[in-house]
Amino acid sequence: MRGKVTSYRDIIKKSQHLQCTLIKLGFACSLESNLEGLAGVLEADLPNYKSKILRLLCTVARLLPEKLTIYTTLVGLLNARNYNFGGEFVEAMIRQLKESLKANNYNEAVYLVRFLSDLVNCHVIAAPSMVAMFENFVSVTQEEDVPQVRRDWYVYAFLSSLPWVGKELYEKKDAEMDRIFANTESYLKRRQKTHVPMLQVWTADKPHPQEEYLDCLWAQIQKLKKDRWQERHILRPYLAFDSILCEALQHNLPPFTPPPHTEDSVYPMPRVIFRMFDYTDDPEGPVMPGSHSVERFVIEENLHCIIKSHWKERKTCAAQLVSYPGKNKIPLNYHIVEVIFAELFQLPAPPHIDVMYTTLLIELCKLQPGSLPQVLAQATEMLYMRLDTMNTTCVDRFINWFSHHLSNFQFRWSWEDWSDCLSQDPESPKPKFVREVLEKCMRLSYHQRILDIVPPTFSALCPANPTCIYKYGDESSNSLPGHSVALCLAVAFKSKATNDEIFSILKDVPNPNQDDDDDEGFSFNPLKIEVFVQTLLHLAAKSFSHSFSALAKFHEVFKTLAESDEGKLHVLRVMFEVWRNHPQMIAVLVDKMIRTQIVDCAAVANWIFSSELSRDFTRLFVWEILHSTIRKMNKHVLKIQKELEEAKEKLARQHKRRSDDDDRSSDRKDGALEEQIERLQEKVESAQSEQKNLFLVIFQRFIMILTEHLVRCETDGTSVLTPWYKNCIERLQQIFLQHHQIIQQYMVTLENLLFTAELDPHILAVFQQFCALQA
Amino acid sequence: MSKGLKILCKDPALELSYYQDYQFSGSKSQQEKLLRESSILYVENLSIYTTEEQIHELFSRCGDVRNIFMGLDKITKTACGFCYVEYYNRDDAENAMWFLNGTCLDERIIHTDWDIGFREGRQYGRGVSGGQVTGEFHEDFDPGRGGFGRQAQI
Repeated sequence: MRGKVTSYRDIIKKSQHLQCTLIKLGFACSLESNLEGLAGVLEADLPNYKSKILRLLCTVARLLPEKLTIYTTLVGLLNARNYNFGGEFVEAMIRQLKESLKANNYNEAVYLVRFLSDLVNCHVIAAPSMVAMFENFVSVTQEEDVPQVRRDWYVYAFLSSLPWVGKELYEKKDAEMDRIFANTESYLKRRQKTHVPMLQVWTADKPHPQEEYLDCLWAQIQKLKKDRWQERHILRPYLAFDSILCEALQHNLPPFTPPPHTEDSVYPMPRVIFRMFDYTDDPEGPVMPGSHSVERFVIEENLHCIIKSHWKERKTCAAQLVSYPGKNKIPLNYHIVEVIFAELFQLPAPPHIDVMYTTLLIELCKLQPGSLPQVLAQATEMLYMRLDTMNTTCVDRFINWFSHHLSNFQFRWSWEDWSDCLSQDPESPKPKFVREVLEKCMRLSYHQRILDIVPPTFSALCPANPTCIYKYGDESSNSLPGHSVALCLAVAFKSKATNDEIFSILKDVPNPNQDDDDDEGFSFNPLKIEVFVQTLLHLAAKSFSHSFSALAKFHEVFKTLAESDEGKLHVLRVMFEVWRNHPQMIAVLVDKMIRTQIVDCAAVANWIFSSELSRDFTRLFVWEILHSTIRKMNKHVLKIQKELEEAKEKLARQHKRRSDDDDRSSDRKDGALEEQIERLQEKVESAQSEQKNLFLVIFQRFIMILTEHLVRCETDGTSVLTPWYKNCIERLQQIFLQHHQIIQQYMVTLENLLFTAELDPHILAVFQQFCALQA
Repeated sequence: MSKGLKILCKDPALELSYYQDYQFSGSKSQQEKLLRESSILYVENLSIYTTEEQIHELFSRCGDVRNIFMGLDKITKTACGFCYVEYYNRDDAENAMWFLNGTCLDERIIHTDWDIGFREGRQYGRGVSGGQVTGEFHEDFDPGRGGFGRQAQI
């Protein structure tokens, strides 16, 4: 109907219908007839909806990489029917690729490159022009003065497309491909791999080596090449349409120059490939493809893509994972479990929040109750067996995952299978792991439940009953200094005393540290802090809410007593003495005290490294507190920076309006805003200075205790590698990894002040590995 | 560049549920706006023995918890099976909706929903007997909710 104008509503309706159809492709059977039908419909719609169709196809290329061959086939069929459309689509894809690279969207860019390369198989793009693009990619390895991670990405984009298109490219342009391979090989041989130990989940190479991702991919492609590019796993719908597609005219890719490196470029971090299973683990089912087979790469890629597409919706995600095409030929449950743990344990951080993986696994257990739970139990057992060489950060995640998982299954587990840990040094990884798991399980239930779920032999590993310890509580405490004041305070608190009344009770507490009081009487007095904090926390022990109310009500007293740095430290010390059986309470109290500015972040850091905490130094709760503290500091800085940005923007808008209106009266308003900006600027600088100081304190303390240990071992002639040392050095690594973006800002200071060449090489190595991550 | 497939980005977990607070004094669209910006969740099907500490531990896995308000029986002022969990930001609350809704706490499957925010009075059950409305009617014996529903006991 040539005269008809397509209304906006029609376009929206059509677009939504098209989205549905595109997403559903491949779900039902009869993929081929669906593709053919859809190609026909789209061809008819091109005159009216071309830009919408272009945009949608580009989007599925970007967002649904696990179904790439389905969509490339569709584009191939369209190109066969409408050559111009094929050309426009290729141009649109190239535009999108450039935008992704400029926006530092490197993961999506890989999918776009892969899509383009599969278009060669669909006769949309001419093979020689694809080879030329890959030549340009690999020539990036010759660039100088650029980060290695930049060169890495271009090599990765090339290699990871080859499972799809290697055969075709080699058949058409083998000499050029050989040259590209030679360049790639020489690059891979000369690139730095200092970062690898920091990213490995296990430090041991047995039973499976934890390979750097490019090394692994290179081995896989080499093997594929040796097998003459025979690859049987990828679903290739275009093969069924060969007679149609081979008639199509192909397009040449425009020459593609990789955008240059800029200061704002941020490339993906390197990775280590996580392997926990091989063909021996499922002797009855289909054989698991070997670690250097390209099938392994493709399966893992596709499963990762499915998770990336559907992670927010666990039911869909689980359903998509278990209905992976070709699942009967592979031990799919093993692949799924391995891929999920690969993400959960990924260093520096998992791609998505930890708790997602817990609920995804629960959903998978529900979906496949006859098979998946057994694989998961097998995996858990394996992870337990290899705890000795597992990175501490990964052990933390394992503890959190396992405890949360158990809480969804009535805490059922065959604990006796792990009785071997009972006879080991309690500080070694296995008993430590069980203790931490039971502690977390208790937090999700209650003390008696934990005693009930483990065999009696495990009672030594059970957590303490989380009760409050009040030192002035019983008769034997009569002789303690400050005892009478404590009783006085207790009465006052119960009769709803005010801050002033509390101050006056505390006024008469002698200061054991000082010979003469100063005028105010409020300098650092540890005894005052002791009686006040002990008594108040004891009375408010009933619940978190009670304790928070107490902190809020007597905030003034807290602030005054904790005014000095020593005061802050002592408040934390006393709080810890009261609640040492209840790590969860300690964590929430520290959090509250920071947020209400009773203590500051540096005080918490110093407290964690103090001698009072040395006995608990390797316990998980301590590190959760430290990382939470650092995160609060970081969020605080970001918040003020944002306020400053907003104020600046407001001023800029006001200026623009003024120049538009030529109105003098807003001069006054300007003044107030400018003052605000100045104040905010000062606030930002002060916050950044506090943040920098926090990291300096933490790193300094690490260096001190590690050096102490190393020196002692040298003089005693004992081995450095005690469980304590492994834990401590990996905790130092964890600081770098978990806060790498912020720490990057302070690299120069760290290098000049702390991580100098005189430092023990064991400690310096951690810093060097960190530097290598974005180098 | 296109923002992405709407269907792929559409999030059923974040769609507003059927529940509408009949005591809310604003219009329906006002209520919907508050819900879409809220970082507070209403959590139900708790055991009456579930503690603030357990709730805090579970919900902290999605982000820093700002506040927990335990739902109370209006008459006895004891826990009656629901609570409000407030986060510092919306993203963390979304995580809880995606990953904790429909999973176990204290060995019961809990449900979470968006809430417009804590106002004095909303911590009390609105059932006739003082507990929750749903608590009036359940006929099965639920030890975690104090036995049979009140109406069933009459």
